[in-house]
Amino acid sequence: MINLDSVGYSYGGGDLLTDISLRLAPGSFHFLTGPSGSGKTTLLKLCYGALMPTRGQVSLFDADLRKLDRDQMALMRRRIGVVHQDCRFLDHLPLSDNIALPLTVSGRDRALEAENLSELMQWVGLSARADALPPELSGGERQRAALARAVIMSPDVIIADEPTGNVDWEMSQRLLTLLIELNRMGKAVLVASHDLALIRAAKSQVQARVLRISNRHLQLAGADL
Amino acid sequence: MSAGTIRGFLLGDAQAARVVPPSGFTANLTLFASGAMAFLAVFALALSLASGRLADRWASELARSATLRINAPLDQRTAQTNAALTILRQTPGIASARALSAEEQAALLAPWFGADLPVDTLPVPQLIEVVEDEIGYDPAGLRLRLSAEVPGAILDDHSRWRKPLVDAATSLRRLALVSVLLIAGAMAAMITLAANAALAANRQVIEVLRLVGARDRYIAQAFVRRFTLRALIGAGVGMVAGVLGVALLPAASDEGGFLTGLGFQGTTWLLPLVIPPLGALVAFLATWYAARRRLGELS
Ligand SMILES: Nc1ncnc2c1ncn2[C@@H]1O[C@H](COP(=O)(O)OP(=O)(O)OP(=O)(O)O)[C@@H](O)[C@H]1O
Ligand SMILES: [Mg+2]
Repeated sequence: MINLDSVGYSYGGGDLLTDISLRLAPGSFHFLTGPSGSGKTTLLKLCYGALMPTRGQVSLFDADLRKLDRDQMALMRRRIGVVHQDCRFLDHLPLSDNIALPLTVSGRDRALEAENLSELMQWVGLSARADALPPELSGGERQRAALARAVIMSPDVIIADEPTGNVDWEMSQRLLTLLIELNRMGKAVLVASHDLALIRAAKSQVQARVLRISNRHLQLAGADL
Repeated sequence: MSAGTIRGFLLGDAQAARVVPPSGFTANLTLFASGAMAFLAVFALALSLASGRLADRWASELARSATLRINAPLDQRTAQTNAALTILRQTPGIASARALSAEEQAALLAPWFGADLPVDTLPVPQLIEVVEDEIGYDPAGLRLRLSAEVPGAILDDHSRWRKPLVDAATSLRRLALVSVLLIAGAMAAMITLAANAALAANRQVIEVLRLVGARDRYIAQAFVRRFTLRALIGAGVGMVAGVLGVALLPAASDEGGFLTGLGFQGTTWLLPLVIPPLGALVAFLATWYAARRRLGELS
């Protein structure tokens, strides 16, 4: 569904990433690790079309990223649920509206999805915070909300950048379970994470591949993971 | 901008407008600018209508614009009047000439001296109404002939001083119409500025909306809807204030002439009602343009 073919990226200085090829197929589960500053967030952005590769080719759902106009790009974004490292929300809207935002902007009837929404909020443990404004939330609550927002449209691909960075072990297990469940429904999942314990826990439940950015290249991580 | 866009705008759900945070200063700027502009537009409209009416009235009076006054002692008045009428009927360029009756003259004087004035016993000049034909007569030649044969006759040729007045009224009307256009232009400029400020202030909001898959059209609509509604409200209030101002002017009267005529008459009172929708249309186009451009830059 998402294909990176010999992709290179540079923010203007030296190359940050070179010759990266990656295929996110339906039902695949990938972890992405690597030292801080190695380019994990950058690689994820390339995967969901927020950055244009300086070299190579990215295709989203068999369409060349370079040939997409902004409207087509918007439609692609609805098929890719993204959790950002710095989860951004609309600070003037209550949490439930923020989580439902993808439904709102794509013109779906929220009334029809109301059950979905409350179920999802319950799953991420935010039912009690439905009316809170995003600035009132803790870091962990924001991450859970961001994950809920990413999956509410039931996207084909879920890309998450450190989704468990700020939550306790129990909650990170819950979020992982949610991701695994979605993966079993055939969705492609790509998660950037430092959390080795989480990765190990995941590997015991699904067939996950662990990738590592090292020296500007993407490698399959060693057997220790 | 397609029909679908406009339909979406008119029927679009309220939820769509809420994704943009209500922002204080651009909202107030838009309300104030459209209110002030609508207020001014009412006056420009009133001025244009009044000067138009004036130009029309003066122009129609121009067509039959000369009066001949016979200043003669009572016993010679009838003779001189008949002589003058004879001359006038022989003069080329004059369609008709008619001596005003005593009643008509009394009616003209009534506003100053009361209705029961015995005109025939007073040394009031006899008036003759002269109507030109298409070609017109030669006032200098006529004067010369009259002075020889009817010593008491004075030709009062209105056209000489009315013509520049008609020109002035016509250009005043043109200026008023130009003012209406300038007001619309200034309003568009101010709302464009306000919309750009709002778009810049909400950069983060736009980013979030894009990340969750909002199309440019959807984002633009949220802003356009806000600004259009504000402009409609602002212009509505400004229009009502302007109309009240015009209504409070002294009532129109012939004696007051132009100044008291500066109002609306009859159905033209309904004309200011088009100002708020037009203001909203201006805001709609200005915000739409600003949003599309800005969103293009932010990609
Ligand atoms: N917009 C940008 N402009 C210039 N340089 C950038 C930009 N974003 C990131 N960088 C640089 O690119 C490098 C990789 O950044 P990136 O955010 O991809 O790292 P990361 O692997 O996600 O790190 P972390 O684990 O800390 O999140 C860093 O050195 C960063 O300073
Ligand atoms: Mg990162």
